[in-house]
Amino acid sequence: MEKFEKLTGIAAPMPLVNIDTDMIIPKQFLKTIKRSGLGVNLFDEMRYDDNGDEIPDFVLNKPQYREAEILVAGDNFGCGSSREHAPWALKDFGIKAVVSTSFADIFYNNCFKNGILPIALPKDAVEVLMKDAEKGSNARMTIDLENQTVTSSDGESFSFELDGFKKHCLMNGLDDIGLTMEKAASIDTFEAKAEQARPWV
Amino acid sequence: MSPKTLYDKIWDAHVAHEAEDGTCLLYIDRHLVHEVTSPQAFEGLRMAGRGVRAPDKTIAVPDHNVPTTLDRANAETMTEDSRVQVEALDKNAKDFGIHYYPVSDVRQGIVHIVGPEQGWTLPGMTVVCGDSHTATHGAFGALAHGIGTSEVEHVLATQTLIQRKGKNMKVEITGKLAPGVTAKDITLSVIGETGTAGGTGYVIEYCGEAIRDLSMEGRMTVCNMAIEGGARAGLIAPDEKTFEYVQGRPHAPKGAQWEAALAWWKTLYSDDDAHWDKVVTIKGEDIAPVVTWGTSPEDVLPITADVPSADSFEGGKVGAAQRSLDYMGLQPGQKLSDIEIDTVFIGSCTNGRIEDLRAAAEILKGKKIAVKRAMIVPGSGLVRAQAEEEGLADIFKEAGFEWRLAGCSMCLAMNPDQLAPGERCAATSNRNFEGRQGRGWRTHLMSPAMAAAAAVTGKLTDVREMM
Repeated sequence: MEKFEKLTGIAAPMPLVNIDTDMIIPKQFLKTIKRSGLGVNLFDEMRYDDNGDEIPDFVLNKPQYREAEILVAGDNFGCGSSREHAPWALKDFGIKAVVSTSFADIFYNNCFKNGILPIALPKDAVEVLMKDAEKGSNARMTIDLENQTVTSSDGESFSFELDGFKKHCLMNGLDDIGLTMEKAASIDTFEAKAEQARPWV
Repeated sequence: MSPKTLYDKIWDAHVAHEAEDGTCLLYIDRHLVHEVTSPQAFEGLRMAGRGVRAPDKTIAVPDHNVPTTLDRANAETMTEDSRVQVEALDKNAKDFGIHYYPVSDVRQGIVHIVGPEQGWTLPGMTVVCGDSHTATHGAFGALAHGIGTSEVEHVLATQTLIQRKGKNMKVEITGKLAPGVTAKDITLSVIGETGTAGGTGYVIEYCGEAIRDLSMEGRMTVCNMAIEGGARAGLIAPDEKTFEYVQGRPHAPKGAQWEAALAWWKTLYSDDDAHWDKVVTIKGEDIAPVVTWGTSPEDVLPITADVPSADSFEGGKVGAAQRSLDYMGLQPGQKLSDIEIDTVFIGSCTNGRIEDLRAAAEILKGKKIAVKRAMIVPGSGLVRAQAEEEGLADIFKEAGFEWRLAGCSMCLAMNPDQLAPGERCAATSNRNFEGRQGRGWRTHLMSPAMAAAAAVTGKLTDVREMM
């Protein structure tokens, strides 16, 4: 997995609350057996009309946001299904971080497995960053993972909370499975004990 | 010993490793797999030269993509990409030696219906699946939740998940339900009360007299939608009803093992003075038959209510509510019971079990549908067989319903069960998101009895008027 350290980039504003996984990547694109290539269908039904033409008003279709690497979104981003196709599509489009007041739990976890940083901040902070994002491509936001800060184009900085283990994995681009495999002895021991205690499992 | 919740007890029994910072490896007892969220995980295993650690605890069934028409054995009923996904699962199940119910097997069905039906899901277990509605299995007092594809690969390889413990939330439904009010009305009403993010970071335990009174089928409906309230998992403490449901199922323990299991299962309840981080109490008698009006499962109102105006909400919800009203083509002040519908869909992991079909049949007996199209999709081949044996299928067919084979079908419309943009559907499924059932589709969520009533009148209807 790619390492995430520091990012300075264009942020696109999406103030809608409860942006769900069906909006992020509609079900017709889940029939793939690959992880790549979903970026073109990110937000498909908001982004294209019935003829498949771009809807010019949609934020990521606007010239100033086509290269966005950050989303600033309304509350409860990523609610709905467990589809990892949602972070795959974001990643494939080029989104590396999402800022919101809150995230749905499964989506939040899925982001970290794909090198995407979801940042939860208080409402006031998200409002400031949303306004900053609305300024367009000249306003670049900076995310510093090591110091856990997001800084607006005006230099206003906000600290965010993050689980230490998730941060460590993201900063070093670590593969979870490899890390867990190192603890195979603990799993073996647990399994043997559980087999004694609950043989019916 | 300090008092514990049910969640605490199951959690503690499954921690295989705990790091100094509190990050745990949680051991997984059952891993359910379907064709949409697993191909990339199996590919990951192959690329890394890894195997499945516990194939005996891994159960796969294709459900999301499969056609539900009687001619589905004919490969041409599936689109090419769907066929590739189902064939990939066929191959992965065979290559890695996991339990498998292929499309041709009478036991095939929606993964969350097949698991309990076959006795794979048992009290006190940890159950995961690459599907958010895994919460369903919590009805047995199992800790069950959805995971992403990377986590599917992690569980396949290690039989564990990297987890931090969530918080404890109690949702108590006191007293009795009024006639015409069902498990679906409970679970939708809870989401209406707490919002779609109200459970984020929590595991919910549902309790109270109204929950105890529910059948196992009803309890599965309640837990199924815990995720729609933002909670990873929903739980109900096991009791005699649970044990009775489980006993004798193909993969349930037998003989001395049954006795040993039962002894442990009877300890699985929240202690009286256990700590709760959040408590929500709803009076059972206050719950009415409900429907959703918007594009979020929290947009819930009693069928007797009017469509709300966007101004009646606060903050970011004002804009979202207006967007919902526009998408749904509704006017504030319009009576919900005046909304005409085109299609009725009865099925899904939320309401595709035998009790749901019985409830629908009770309303439909001797009646005809007044909608363009109505479809019943049983949750498994065995549910279908039982409904035929009980004569329910004849009632559905005589009423004008299509009587289908098992699968996820119109709940997310990944298979050919789709309709045209702008059509309005009364559905017993779990999500009313924009485009969920198809581009431009308008979905109203409700119970099977309410959906059956809507099929008969052609509009959203208070089922109590037909009882």
